[in-house]
Amino acid sequence: MSEPAVTPFLAWLMTNPLLGPLVEFGFMRSALLGCVALSLSAAPVGVFLMLRRMSLTGDAMAHAILPGAAIGYLVAGLSLTAMTIGGVFAGLAVAVGSGLVSRNTVLREDTSLAAFYLLSLALGVLIVSVRGNSVDLLHVLFGTVLALDDPALLLLGGICAVTLAGLALLYRPLVMECLDPGFLRQVSRWSPVAHYGFLGLLVINLVAGFHALGTLMAVGIMVLPAATARFWVRRLGPLLLMATALALGASLSGLLLSYHADLPTSPTIVLSLGAAYLLSLLLAPYGALRHQRPASSHLKA
Amino acid sequence: MPHPPADPTASAAPVIELHNLTLGYDRHPAVHHVSARIAPGSLLALVGPNGAGKSTLIKALAGELRPISGSVSGLTGQRIAWLPQHSGLDPSFPIDVRRMVAMGLWHRVGALGRFTAEHRRLCDEALAAVGLTGFESRGLDTLSGGQLQRALFARLILQDAPVVLLDEPFAAVDNRTSTDLLALLHRWQRQGKTVIVVLHDLAQVLAHFPLTLLLARELVAFGPTARVLSETNWGRAQRMQEPFDDDAPLCAASPDPQGDAHAHAHPHTPTHTHREEALP
Repeated sequence: MSEPAVTPFLAWLMTNPLLGPLVEFGFMRSALLGCVALSLSAAPVGVFLMLRRMSLTGDAMAHAILPGAAIGYLVAGLSLTAMTIGGVFAGLAVAVGSGLVSRNTVLREDTSLAAFYLLSLALGVLIVSVRGNSVDLLHVLFGTVLALDDPALLLLGGICAVTLAGLALLYRPLVMECLDPGFLRQVSRWSPVAHYGFLGLLVINLVAGFHALGTLMAVGIMVLPAATARFWVRRLGPLLLMATALALGASLSGLLLSYHADLPTSPTIVLSLGAAYLLSLLLAPYGALRHQRPASSHLKA
Repeated sequence: MPHPPADPTASAAPVIELHNLTLGYDRHPAVHHVSARIAPGSLLALVGPNGAGKSTLIKALAGELRPISGSVSGLTGQRIAWLPQHSGLDPSFPIDVRRMVAMGLWHRVGALGRFTAEHRRLCDEALAAVGLTGFESRGLDTLSGGQLQRALFARLILQDAPVVLLDEPFAAVDNRTSTDLLALLHRWQRQGKTVIVVLHDLAQVLAHFPLTLLLARELVAFGPTARVLSETNWGRAQRMQEPFDDDAPLCAASPDPQGDAHAHAHPHTPTHTHREEALP
């Protein structure tokens, strides 16, 4: 019915030198879809990660899921299911283990997490280097965004849906857990739910990011949009929206740039985010330059 | 999710009783064999020299610290509004004053409930009561220390708990603000709430608090403020040995491995000190 209207648009898209490949090639469409799903879920998670001062935790957790994925790979080869289950399991084990240590001993969260993830990472590297080959290692480290098949897309979409539902449910406790954790513990029993629930969301998003962008780059799409948005806006709602928009924009531009310039995709996406970050650092209202300079005029009261 | 039983209309304060309470860290007592009965509707100041165990005691009342021995009765299942000395509040969090204060209504809205127009009105009233009208949509990061303390008090108002525990609430607050907040404490007392406040400013205690508990690891005196804050009592409190003695012998009434049996086996007089036993 609407075909006459769509066709000219598609035709225009196909012939458009910039956007053409997105329509022409199935793998580019899949890559875009996967990145959209990832941006919608990972960017909001990244905002809370930043507000909980856990940005580096994201990086540590990304390393922590490596041995799980490696064991999955050992058992079943390059299998999406096996590596996903392994990654989620290893991530949750590290999250819960370090959470228990930091909540019950003198060690703070950073140190206990570092201890667990280093163990996990060493184990992962050991497994991959004993049994894998270098092509597989590259797959794990840099992802396969240009080779996302339907099951992988379904997984990314599912993780996106679970994340958004989880964030909606945990929103208020999570805000309190970032803002005033002592108060939350005092008035309710939501504190551990918020903490471990959030770590669970972090882990599944890292696994999603790991399939698309690889373990090394997965954290980029979480942390960079949040950090960039912080330079522009001062309230939580706008932060979440802007971080998501930045992740979406960088996914699109990164994909196209990598196609046209024949560059590896996941670093290009992360570097697009990096460019936005550096620009914002220079230009944004709460960036380095504007922040340093005293206002040229001031109000009376 | 479960949260403490909350009947927003019930504001009847309980009788709080400390039964031979010993609190501490690494087996060193910070509060040693304290017994007291705090009547409902008390406005009580908790005073003592540095390291006397005031914060430790109030933490235990808030349920954040498990006693080494002895017990606190009257507070289980009670809603308690507690403002610690160093709250873990992150003032750089991007949230406005009204939303932060509104979290005091947690017992009514929970994690998922909606904020209604009435809740909003309550928030604005609480902010007005602490003199923060006009600050509703300001970010937390733009508040001064005293303004932030006022905002935290607005949150306490909304918590509307029958027991209010405050640890040095006026430490970084100017005179006018502390006068305003003290008036609020009196209002809470008139509403029948039990208000317990750790303070170091004795003039403030004398002027505003009918009851005082003087603590120096052990209970020195407890009763009407003018009587408690006598020269003799204060002198006794000052003689407390501040650092823990790592070589101190076991307290004669130390808990056996089974728990609190000693509390009944060895009735302990509060004048007893371990410091003397530890001296060569």
